[in-house]
Amino acid sequence: MRRLTPYLLALPSWMWLAIFLVVPMVAMASVSLQTGNAIDGFAMTFSFSNYSDALGRYSTQLVRSLFYGGMATVAMLVIGYPVAYWIAFKGGRRKSMYLFLILLPFFVSFVLRTISWNFLLADNGILFGTLKGWGLLPDDFHVLATTVAVVGGLTYNFLPFMILPIYVSLERVDPRVVEAAQDLYATRVGAFRRVVLPLSLPGVFAGVLMTFVPATADPINAAILGGTANTMIGNIIQTEYLTNLNYPTASALSFTLMAVLLVGIFIYARALGTENVLEAAAR
Amino acid sequence: MTTSAIELENVVKEYLSHGEVVQAVKGVSLDIAEGEFFSLLGPSGCGKTTTMRMIAGFEAPSKGLVKLHGQDVTNVPPNKRDVNMVFQSYALFPHMSVWDNVAFGLKQRKTPQDEIKRRVGEMLEIVDLTGREKRRPREMSGGQQQRVALARALVNRPRALLLDEPLGALDLKLRQAMQIELKRIQREVGITFVYVTHDQNEALTMSDRIAVMNDGLVEQLAGPREIYERPATAFVAGFIGTSNLLAGSATGGELKIGGGRVLVPGHEGDVRVTVRPEKITIGTEEPSNGLSAVRGTVAEVVYLGTYNSYAVSLADGADATERSEGANQTQHGNRDDRAAARGGTIITVFQQNALDAMATAERGDSVWLSWQAQHSYVIGS
Repeated sequence: MRRLTPYLLALPSWMWLAIFLVVPMVAMASVSLQTGNAIDGFAMTFSFSNYSDALGRYSTQLVRSLFYGGMATVAMLVIGYPVAYWIAFKGGRRKSMYLFLILLPFFVSFVLRTISWNFLLADNGILFGTLKGWGLLPDDFHVLATTVAVVGGLTYNFLPFMILPIYVSLERVDPRVVEAAQDLYATRVGAFRRVVLPLSLPGVFAGVLMTFVPATADPINAAILGGTANTMIGNIIQTEYLTNLNYPTASALSFTLMAVLLVGIFIYARALGTENVLEAAAR
Repeated sequence: MTTSAIELENVVKEYLSHGEVVQAVKGVSLDIAEGEFFSLLGPSGCGKTTTMRMIAGFEAPSKGLVKLHGQDVTNVPPNKRDVNMVFQSYALFPHMSVWDNVAFGLKQRKTPQDEIKRRVGEMLEIVDLTGREKRRPREMSGGQQQRVALARALVNRPRALLLDEPLGALDLKLRQAMQIELKRIQREVGITFVYVTHDQNEALTMSDRIAVMNDGLVEQLAGPREIYERPATAFVAGFIGTSNLLAGSATGGELKIGGGRVLVPGHEGDVRVTVRPEKITIGTEEPSNGLSAVRGTVAEVVYLGTYNSYAVSLADGADATERSEGANQTQHGNRDDRAAARGGTIITVFQQNALDAMATAERGDSVWLSWQAQHSYVIGS
């Protein structure tokens, strides 16, 4: 009995995962191979052509999503790493306060935050309207409904998920190890490159994972900040599901996206050296 | 006079702590000779580590100068100083193998590949780690990590090696073995060692000279024997080993204490005298005239293997005090409390357990304590 206790304690979580993750996935996988329509119902026909059809129609949006997600991830890395570094090494006694500030936007709903960006970036809004009034910007200048707006929105919305894991890995770097590198003739830059950066790679890996995946699949930023030329795969899936009631196509697209992301993550982990990442994480 | 490896001139380090200026180091001047094994000894918070960090370049002095081999390096960053440090917790690079850890400094200095290979190999041999090049630091024992840290610093052939309590994390046996090992390596490579420790035994065992620090100042700078035999201040007497401190007013070169006398030739007026416990002889007969002699009652006998420790309560000690610290802190601490409660003076005596054990006094015995005049050391402050 005692030996079973840990398993029994884990049972609720396993059941949760089974019911709310595995069952819907299996259901969706099955739907992705069905044909029919919302009125007459769907029937299982093992039509793998659902996948090729969906990809044929929406490959532009899929590629665009990966591109936007990738750009946003790079932007988050460039912005987030220095912030995490600064908090970890220069934060002093105020560290928790800075971390709280990083998390503060989460107290406002995701959609509202994105809409406020819409206000901010509006063609004649607070920012550009004023600048145009002063003659600092041409009248036809606009950001909304462009790639910049969507990638900017994604970057803004997912940034904390990049900062936090990097912060955690940097926080664990012993400052004396950095001193040791400097004592052994490394410049500040050299010490960062040879010691701090490699030791923070597990955090970078986690941060990229936690931002690239949701940013690529996100429908909200493209819907609120983008135009018709910025539609992402998330928007297509949403429309197919909720508007067109074309469940097979929506499911096929979802699975395609998942597969592409998994392959991408796998390649990324290989490139970064899984061994190093795992080893450093195990410290 | 040999050449100076490291000179500190009136070095002061101030910190801002909660809006107040705190002096961690209050004006330290040192002159450490080439090839010397020099120790900075003191309790935690005495400024010894800060002093070392200023030599390494991790802290800039608020005032004063740091010179390495006659060159002023006060404002030179650590990566441009020809000294290397062994950190208290080793600070090995966790993501690198032993080999890469040791080769780090040489690579940073763009040493040719084949020379790196040769020197790292040689150094790993010196610290007895050949065959473990590919290990990661966390796969090694504390003693091995310690040796990697040592090799990583020494392989660069620095003109001075700074060691910050490098043996603190090791157990007693390993620590003693490493003490001998360190001394051997120092002789072998002939590099100046600056050693920070709070362990008096470590400092006495290994050092050529010791600077005893307290509260940001050097209390005494001398060789181990002198530090032990002739402590300059009450602090040094108390911090290094166990010591009896007697105070009183001397007349005619004698201090009247405990129904007897302490000989202090050439001193008049208020004096303070230290006597090491092992210099004192315990007996039942009144000793001859040429000796310092006091009378008391044995309050406690503690058997300590190679020697017995006696606590002798003086017959009259109204204006005498006793103080001891160090190895037997707990035991003495307790006794001090009791002595204080009775208002008497307690003298600690160590008597070796030789075959012909002389007076084996027991608790409650009335005894004479005697020692030669030269073993009473009148301290300054």
